[in-house]
Amino acid sequence: MSDKSSKQEKRGGKAARAEDAEQADAVVETPVAAAPTRLSVFKTYKLYVGGKFPRSESGRVYEVTDSTDKWLANAPQASRKDARDAVVAARKAVPGWSGATAYNRGQVLYRVAEMLEGRREQFAREVADAEGLTPDEAAAVVDAAVDRWVWYAGWTDKIAQVVGGANPVAGPFFNLSTPEPTGVVAVLAPQESSLLGLVSVVAPVIATGNTAVVVASQRAPLPALSLSEVLATSDVPAGVVNVLSGFTAELGAPLAAHLDVNGLDLTGADAELARELEISAAENLKRVRRPSAAGPEDWQADPGVERLTAWLETKTVWHPIGV
Amino acid sequence: MAFAYAPAPESRAIVDIAPSYGLFIDGEFTESADGRVFKSVSPSSEEVLAEVARAGERDVDRAVKAARRAFATWSALPGAERGKYLFRIARILQERSRELAVLESLDNGKPIRETRDFDLPTVAAHFFYYAGWADKLKYAVTGRSPMSGTSGPDPKPLGVAGQVIPWNFPLLMLAWKVAPALATGNTVVLKPAETTPLSALFFADVCRQAGLPRGVVNILPGYGDAGAALVAHEDVDKVAFTGSTEVGRSIARAVAGTRKKVTLELGGKAANIVFDDAPIDQAVEGVVKGIFFNQGHVCSAGSRLLVQESIQDELLDALKRRMSTLRVGDPLDKNTDIGAINSPEQLARITELAAAGEAEGAERWAPACELPSSGYWFAPTLFTGVSQAHRIAREEIFGPVLSVLTFRTPAEAVEKANNTPYGLSAGIWTEKGSRILSVANKLRAGVVWANTFNQFDPTSPFGGYKESGYGREGGRHGLEAYLDV
Repeated sequence: MSDKSSKQEKRGGKAARAEDAEQADAVVETPVAAAPTRLSVFKTYKLYVGGKFPRSESGRVYEVTDSTDKWLANAPQASRKDARDAVVAARKAVPGWSGATAYNRGQVLYRVAEMLEGRREQFAREVADAEGLTPDEAAAVVDAAVDRWVWYAGWTDKIAQVVGGANPVAGPFFNLSTPEPTGVVAVLAPQESSLLGLVSVVAPVIATGNTAVVVASQRAPLPALSLSEVLATSDVPAGVVNVLSGFTAELGAPLAAHLDVNGLDLTGADAELARELEISAAENLKRVRRPSAAGPEDWQADPGVERLTAWLETKTVWHPIGV
Repeated sequence: MAFAYAPAPESRAIVDIAPSYGLFIDGEFTESADGRVFKSVSPSSEEVLAEVARAGERDVDRAVKAARRAFATWSALPGAERGKYLFRIARILQERSRELAVLESLDNGKPIRETRDFDLPTVAAHFFYYAGWADKLKYAVTGRSPMSGTSGPDPKPLGVAGQVIPWNFPLLMLAWKVAPALATGNTVVLKPAETTPLSALFFADVCRQAGLPRGVVNILPGYGDAGAALVAHEDVDKVAFTGSTEVGRSIARAVAGTRKKVTLELGGKAANIVFDDAPIDQAVEGVVKGIFFNQGHVCSAGSRLLVQESIQDELLDALKRRMSTLRVGDPLDKNTDIGAINSPEQLARITELAAAGEAEGAERWAPACELPSSGYWFAPTLFTGVSQAHRIAREEIFGPVLSVLTFRTPAEAVEKANNTPYGLSAGIWTEKGSRILSVANKLRAGVVWANTFNQFDPTSPFGGYKESGYGREGGRHGLEAYLDV
């Protein structure tokens, strides 16, 4: 620990980890003489790939600070190799997850809501630090994130009825259109909304049976990395969601160019990066969802089904009718 | 044994082709800005049918401006009124269908039996289908709240649609593009393919007869440069393209970072899977329809036959017998099964790929078949002993060439069927219902035909997975590509 404090001092201008600072204040205010202050146990934040929690293969980390520039943690700075590993893990998970029943996927997503609900205080703290919110505001964001999982949990076995159906062709044929998952979707999560925005882009991808490689908010990746722990304990099969922290542009490039990625959500990219990545994604004709042209999205609004249908293909099956 | 057939030609007197045609912009035929023209040639006779103005960048700009001007009033029309224009167009197309079928066979080279019995009826049906949507759009979009779904405003059109279509089904591809665009209140600039511009120009006359307001539909015959200029034009809100995957990629790059909504309907290399319990005679008919329909110039063609090893000999014997009865020749002859290859360029590509099939070790077979002395022709051809690595198993040939591969288990069939960057269509032949459903679920393709092949209908969404493009045309799904949702 002395090692860590000396590091913090070397950093000069930056204050100590917010949590410790509070405790230090508490010590000052409480006149307890004998017992030494208990030092908190820091968490080593890690990537989430294939159901495991690796460090970046590159060995790199970068500093994550709160909205007042206080040091929060060192997050892994994932490399393009980590991105490729994540795609491999996501691809491996496709048959099982897309082949699961919609009811089963719904239960798994609901389980995520349950696990997140149980850790509301932790996430409220992390979101408050990440986004500079008051405790009440942060709690409301976490509640909305839990409810968003519930919303999408309910959609898994309904979307096919809403967007698919029988087609009345002019001939003796049975003809049915059904939505199917596109496959592996790379998601650049929104930069500003570190938890609610993240959940709002990831849940619809996996609700329909796709698997995801998610690049967390560059500035505020900690809620995303913690959400990995929720996913890992919610019966979400390994590889269905893979979470990378690091630099959005550095990770977006290999994901946009990757020929085994089928869809690309550019929500967290600025206009220039989005254009570059869309060009790159044309190589294998990825389905691309452009960032909102109207600025940051309102994550509290009714999400509709657009983020579900963005990652669905329509398959139409014909069969003759006859005796 | 071969039956002797007397020629049974359809009269071409029903169609009056003018010696020259202009661009159709803002309700009038005009010359191109730089005065360039090109010739449209009948691929079955190499006869020049007409000289056609060739659109360039300035013409594209003129047409987009006309479409933009027309958009304000067209999109403001009540849906029911827009729909009535489309109903009129559908009816006029039905009235003029024989004329247009003959024209299409002349300009494209496809048999009159197909233009008369498939292309034209489906064209009219497409307009009729989308006509009825024009005043029901609020029911067409998923994910709207019940309140806005039934009583709120109509979903909004996008604006000007730039549409680029191929030469294999010239008028049908026009219908697939134009009908949903107009029904939703968009206006259109359409570029037909350089080898088949005539039916689109006749369609301009149909629009005139229907009284369609000027500028709502603009038609720009031309080459790839005009298509590229249209796609790149900054006042185009929607791009719809049907054609090769290579051009599709370049379009996807060109629209990157713009607001343009895009649908791409690209190439395919469909597997037609025949299991050992399939009804062999029906399967053979389906395989023939799958690959020899429209000379194999079909993006959804069943160009890879996957046959279960145990019935390979039986199936191939029957298939070869059937192929020997296919009649190749004059597209206007009502007995013709296989018409002319659309262009010398396409013939060269088919010839080159077939030669590669032989060079790579596959065994080539074609029935004895006399080809006409003028025009562009390719006999129906079958390759056996094809491996998945062969070019003829991987690349889209877009001609009457079938590659035969074998499999032993359903899992192997699915694996091989999906082993392609394309994902447009697939076929399954088996009498076992549970196998159909299981295999159909596993095939990565937008359209799966079970115990049938190459069926199309305006109500049925069509479009691909993977590198066969994105978006759907046809059905309710086809509207979403033209609405701001």
